[in-house]
Amino acid sequence: MKTESIKKNLTTRSKKAKIERFGKLVSFICILIIIAVVVAIFYFVSSKGLATFFQNKVNVIDFIFGKDWQPSSVDQSGKPLVGALPMIAGSFIVTVLSAIVATPFAVGTAIFMVEVSPKRGANLLQPVIELLVGIPSVVYGFIGLSVIVPWIRGIFGGTGFGILAGAIILFIMILPTVTSMTVDALKSVPRHYREASLALGATRWQTTYKVVLRVATPGILTAVIFGMSRAFGEALAIQMVIGNSAVMPTGLLTPAATLTSVLTMGIGNTISGTLQNNVLWSLALVLLFMSLFFNLIMRMIAKKGAMN
Amino acid sequence: MKFVVAGLALVGLMAGCGKSSSSSSDSTNQASTKKQSITAVGSTALQPLVESAAEAFSNENSNYQIDVQGGGSGTGLSQVQTGAVDIGNSDVFAEEKSGIDSSKLVDHKVAVVGMAPVVNKEVGVTNITKENLIKVFTGKVTNWKEIGGKDQTIVVVNRATGSGTRATFEKWGLDGATPIKSQEQDSSGTVKKIVAQTPGAISYLAFSQTDDTLKMLSVDGVKPTNQNVATNKWVIWSYEHMYTKGNPTTKVKKFLDYVLSKEVQGGLVEKMGYLPVTDMKVERDSNGKVK
Repeated sequence: MKTESIKKNLTTRSKKAKIERFGKLVSFICILIIIAVVVAIFYFVSSKGLATFFQNKVNVIDFIFGKDWQPSSVDQSGKPLVGALPMIAGSFIVTVLSAIVATPFAVGTAIFMVEVSPKRGANLLQPVIELLVGIPSVVYGFIGLSVIVPWIRGIFGGTGFGILAGAIILFIMILPTVTSMTVDALKSVPRHYREASLALGATRWQTTYKVVLRVATPGILTAVIFGMSRAFGEALAIQMVIGNSAVMPTGLLTPAATLTSVLTMGIGNTISGTLQNNVLWSLALVLLFMSLFFNLIMRMIAKKGAMN
Repeated sequence: MKFVVAGLALVGLMAGCGKSSSSSSDSTNQASTKKQSITAVGSTALQPLVESAAEAFSNENSNYQIDVQGGGSGTGLSQVQTGAVDIGNSDVFAEEKSGIDSSKLVDHKVAVVGMAPVVNKEVGVTNITKENLIKVFTGKVTNWKEIGGKDQTIVVVNRATGSGTRATFEKWGLDGATPIKSQEQDSSGTVKKIVAQTPGAISYLAFSQTDDTLKMLSVDGVKPTNQNVATNKWVIWSYEHMYTKGNPTTKVKKFLDYVLSKEVQGGLVEKMGYLPVTDMKVERDSNGKVK
């Protein structure tokens, strides 16, 4: 009798094991759904975005390097004017500019929060940064429109709308993201690195600069790339301050346009299936490839960091 | 993460569309107590009026649920054409939009809206000839002093390409001329703010969207007023259309009749700055012919 129950206990699954199996199944299904969604998005955007080239017979080179964006008009030879270079350039310039400005601020804040004054950093700066992340982008856009644009107009002249205004707004928007990721990177530097450096007689600044920052470089770079990918995809705030003029940027103070701003402005006014609609999907495809590109860079940096 | 959110939104959207299309295909003659849902999508210029009308209508008919969304005239027309929504709101005639088969759609004109060139208060101009208006928007005149204003650079602010307001303004205000490439803004609220605060700025807005932070220009001496729109003396105006695919179903017709009723036309429509379609002394077709 006793051996019987032991045998039964050993051969049937326990309740806990069943729950575990169930949990595994649920998470597996979730992963499958997510994969399916990603694949569906890629398929959807690609099929629509590539229609410009296959259905409407637009030359890919003309699309990427053309400088004239008037999707509803055609040139003398009857080709539609769908050059996306002004927007691609606009997106890149604002993204790079905002990242260049944001990085020193983010690294400085992060060093303060982790190395200089961890206590105040946690109590004071952490909530501030979290608050900045939570502000909706339309609010940033409105502040840009009401404060930054008139401010630029007052100092530099012109209309105030342009790449400079866009870069300033994006700088504020990506700052919290880059900062908090940099904080994580600094925090993950092992404590004994600092201890060893200090024990060798290095000052705190020397330790921070020559040891902590060096070790955390891959993490910081990841943070910057992540910020850039956020900036690249931002639409609403940038649309309100950049001026949305699809011409090649000639300076920081003249109106320009980004991929996202042209996309969001046009999509509601075009009919699905027409060239005007398809080229917008092509812009979306460019955006999708860009975020893929940013992701790949991040992975490469992270891999490199892990090997050290 | 972004993908996931976008994906879920997409799935939600599809589910939403599926639901509304199936409900629109419910045929006629349902019991009045049955839950009725109507979806109206499209023009952002018409959206506030339809929203208010829908609210008032479902207060009176508690079994009705009317879902009103923006998205632009293009979205409205294409969604109603595919049958995804019951009503497609549009600022332009379906005939004017490429990619739309207007023969399948039935037009219900619910209001008229006049549009006027608006300028920053400081430019020193109150009246403009049509010739000069075209010159300003095509970039042939670049300083206000050339047309009798202050010595100030003209800043042209356009609406998004393909927007209903822009189409109307280009057709009737600029006689079909293509404006120079300049700033473009999508939302009329943003346009209003930009024109009010940017020295030398000019753009165009529906009458209902202007206020005394900026100035409406008279064109060739004609003032932009609803009275002048009604007699077609002021030519920059357009109908607000609510399109249905084929003839409206009973439930949709009931709502459309309500929007066209005296109660709404004389009340809400006027209160919100539109012109009742019943007040119009003239009629204009999609080719611009006036009767």
